[in-house]
Amino acid sequence: MKSGSNLERVLEAGHFAVTAECGPPRGADPEVVLKKAELVKGNVDACNVTDNQTSVVRMSSVAGCMLVKQSGTEPLLQMVVRDRNRIALQSDLLGASALGIRNLLCLSGDHQKFGDDPQAKNVFDIDSIQLIHLVKTMRDEGLFPSGEKLEGAPKFYIGCAVNPFADPFEIRVPRLKLKVDAGADFVQTQCIYNMEKFKRYMEDACRQGLPERVKILAGVTPLKSAGMAKFMNRMVAGIEIPEEIIKRIADEPKDKQAAKGIEICIEQIQEVREMEGIAGVHVMAIEWEEKLNEIIGGAGLLPRPILAL
Amino acid sequence: MITGTPKPIEEILEMLEPYDNIILAGCYGCVTVCRVGGDKEVQVLASTVRLAREAAGKKIEIKEVCLERQCDPEYLEPMRPYVEDYQAVLSIACGAGIQFMAEKFARTPLLPGINTGFLGVTERQGEWTERCQGCGDCVLHLTGGICPVTRCAKSLFHGPCGGSVQGICEVSKETKCGWQLIIDRLKALDQMDNYGKIKPYKGWDSSRDGGPRRIIREDMV
Repeated sequence: MKSGSNLERVLEAGHFAVTAECGPPRGADPEVVLKKAELVKGNVDACNVTDNQTSVVRMSSVAGCMLVKQSGTEPLLQMVVRDRNRIALQSDLLGASALGIRNLLCLSGDHQKFGDDPQAKNVFDIDSIQLIHLVKTMRDEGLFPSGEKLEGAPKFYIGCAVNPFADPFEIRVPRLKLKVDAGADFVQTQCIYNMEKFKRYMEDACRQGLPERVKILAGVTPLKSAGMAKFMNRMVAGIEIPEEIIKRIADEPKDKQAAKGIEICIEQIQEVREMEGIAGVHVMAIEWEEKLNEIIGGAGLLPRPILAL
Repeated sequence: MITGTPKPIEEILEMLEPYDNIILAGCYGCVTVCRVGGDKEVQVLASTVRLAREAAGKKIEIKEVCLERQCDPEYLEPMRPYVEDYQAVLSIACGAGIQFMAEKFARTPLLPGINTGFLGVTERQGEWTERCQGCGDCVLHLTGGICPVTRCAKSLFHGPCGGSVQGICEVSKETKCGWQLIIDRLKALDQMDNYGKIKPYKGWDSSRDGGPRRIIREDMV
């Protein structure tokens, strides 16, 4: 075992893994996280805690992870390279590991332009692929990237994110391969709606032998309404929601659209589960954590396996 | 070239408020080429300031000069005999030129008349775009002649990120995705092998992060 995390054990044992995410609050109130964590509990193998997503300032991801952990769910720390240089990254990694956080997602981070502080200085000292390499060096060689020896190596199950739908499409699998070469153990994808395109992506990934080297968790996000679908299509880079999905939701009366969104999400989970090379699902129920149980249960993925250490 | 944009006239007038005789100094270098600080701009700005100050009932005397370059000492020296006859110098050279003049003329306040921009190129008349951040460690031979540090909004060394849509960066509709450009060029050059390699962490010590930089050419000193 590289990290001994629950997520690693579930995936290595060959179970179809389930992760979800909690966005920390825009404030110092721990109850917000604890409440979300309560809804996540028992439904997942690990729960991502986002790191100032969309560059909007929130409670720190490490703190959020500790609250999730305290409430009984294994946390998965998201870490972006937008706000920290390599000194801060290494330091936060050591701290997170010392606090018992065992899963890590290495991200570049949304550009600060999108947040409340567009005038902030961005860092991007190293990029997300180099962060994967940095963590792997620390974990496996017990060394700082500078070559100095660590007093205790951090233990992380190292993850990365991919967006199979960003452009140029043909570079998406080669870029995943770069992340695997750098040392990623698992990957969580951006939310998938265009299944045909994702199938082509996965076929290509399988041809390159990537699923043997990295555990691929397909990302899904339930749509609350046709309006949300249209908004995401228009505003979020790399999200492609096919017209037929929007139509299926739009054809429902307003008060039944959310239920249709959940039904579609469950179908999507079942569909990706059938795909070669998919090891799990990452359910991003954005500010809709109360539906996680219904979605994950509906997809036949409950109860979650309990594995001995 | 080094590009720049004129400061708003209100800001310039505010800076000039305490003075009633100044030198307005242009430069025949980059700022002339990008039409922000050459002799024509000196004339126009001087007239604008004079008119504004006359209208405000506070006349100002302006000596108009344009130096060959404000970043070379030999072109600054000719100003020495008269610079102290004036209360201040308003320079519309780049930040390097303005600072160099300030260093040479220790008792004269220097005021910036432009905002210095970036190392860029002329796309067409009236449009300039950035190409280089002077990071001191060029990798253009590996990236199809397109700089990831400058052209990618996140300076990624293994792009593009998920924010690249149809060749456009998520930061702005007017910004091309630097990594799409790199990939297009690598493909055209049959150099896609370069893409598949993990690049070492960049040493930013050769960039501004290492502190103010200095170049010594032993063969020339």
